Amino acid sequence: MTLKATPLNNAHRALGARMVDFGGWDMPVNYGSQIEEHHAVRTDVGMFDVAHMCVVDIRGADVRAFLRRLLANNVDKLQASGKALYSCMLNPEGGVIDDLIVYFISEDWFRLVVNAGTAEKDVAWMNAQNHAWGTNLTITQRRDGADAMALIAVQGPNARAKVWVVIPQAKDATLDMKPFNVALVPGTAFGEAMIARTGYTGEDGFEIGVAATQAEALWNALAAAGVKPAGLGARDTLRLEAGMNLYGQDMDESVNPLDAGLAWTIDLVSERDFIGKAALQAKGQNAQFVGLILREKGGVLRAHQKVIAANGDTGEITSGTFSPTMQQAIALARVPTGVQVGDTVHVEIRDKKLAATVVKLPFVRNGKILAA
Amino acid sequence: MSNIPAELKYTESHEWVRLESDGTVTVGITEFAQDALGDIVFVELPKVGTSFTAGDDAAVVESVKAASDIYSPLSGDITEVNEAVAGAPESINANAYDAWLFKLKPADVSQLDGLLDAAAYGKTTAA
Repeated sequence: MTLKATPLNNAHRALGARMVDFGGWDMPVNYGSQIEEHHAVRTDVGMFDVAHMCVVDIRGADVRAFLRRLLANNVDKLQASGKALYSCMLNPEGGVIDDLIVYFISEDWFRLVVNAGTAEKDVAWMNAQNHAWGTNLTITQRRDGADAMALIAVQGPNARAKVWVVIPQAKDATLDMKPFNVALVPGTAFGEAMIARTGYTGEDGFEIGVAATQAEALWNALAAAGVKPAGLGARDTLRLEAGMNLYGQDMDESVNPLDAGLAWTIDLVSERDFIGKAALQAKGQNAQFVGLILREKGGVLRAHQKVIAANGDTGEITSGTFSPTMQQAIALARVPTGVQVGDTVHVEIRDKKLAATVVKLPFVRNGKILAA
Repeated sequence: MSNIPAELKYTESHEWVRLESDGTVTVGITEFAQDALGDIVFVELPKVGTSFTAGDDAAVVESVKAASDIYSPLSGDITEVNEAVAGAPESINANAYDAWLFKLKPADVSQLDGLLDAAAYGKTTAA
């Protein structure tokens, strides 16, 4: 099978990146040391090629009404143009088809950014609902073809300052921008740029969208300004420290999002009906999603390791790694509802049962260790 | 091109093996292996006195990315383990041929002849 490539593939190879097959995409896992890239994002600024993710534009008069039914979070929280919202898109059984960010551009234009591996499935699902509901919206994927957009995430305490050096036109539009907002900035050296104060690392920063043809020029300009390229390896340790779910690992179509730490994104309060709501109300929450810190030597926490509570009930690690910031093994885990923050549980690693402490997520935010 | 010292023997699973003057062998992982694993953060060593058959799981090296079993290249008994590397797993990234994992007294030293020499190992890692 031929791997898909982002517009930055040549740039990665020029930097000597170690490339891996990431869900069918030829992507950089690191450019030397994953840990150095991780620390660059926590202490200075790093950038990620996230052009494998897919921008989806939905346009038409009924777009808000459509998203009210399509998404589990309440799109009516988006009242000012430029606001963004994190949401799950559920199937009728309440399973997670995808998690995404929706950006409110105008009343007849909302922009979604969906995961790489789920993009085709997502667009097909949206088209099916558009047809079923007779909403006559235009749903356009922006990853392939003449209008393709590429995304670069610039993250870290110095991310905004560096982006303003490279894209000076962005400064006025984003200087007072609060987190989880977006601006479309025309007339930059890279054409119109979408600049969102969003990210996946627990640090400040921007996710920048430009025409795919401009992506390499933007990447090289950011690198020249001192932004360190960071691979998917660092992206995973950063997001795990930030306590952020990864689709396909911490949740998927088989997992109730209430059990995956996503209850805060599921709007069961408003009168609004949405796909999956009835199933979630019937099922309720049956597990809780917590952080674990390994307290004994004996290995690194990894996905699918068994978690044993004091009363013998069991749960499972969904994501685990060695935290470069904390210098400890940490994990996201789905555990029985009786387990409390502060409890000691045991994790099965090979032939051992090792003690771990249950902590509240996130582990790290804005460079500071919050869970110890 | 990875560093592959000519005086060592190798396995296809990326262990290096050095025959010592006292008849024991010293075992570690290759430069190629440490590079593929990335930042190494944990090492689990065997217990001194444990007997292994060639190909048995003898140790575990975990990087940030993944856990990897390290196989005993020969049959024999563990005579010594490198506690220093357990305390500083990153030393394997720094110099894979200094940061040995364990020493083994081979049951049959002629098993060494079945391992790869540097040239043959170099071919297995040339992608």
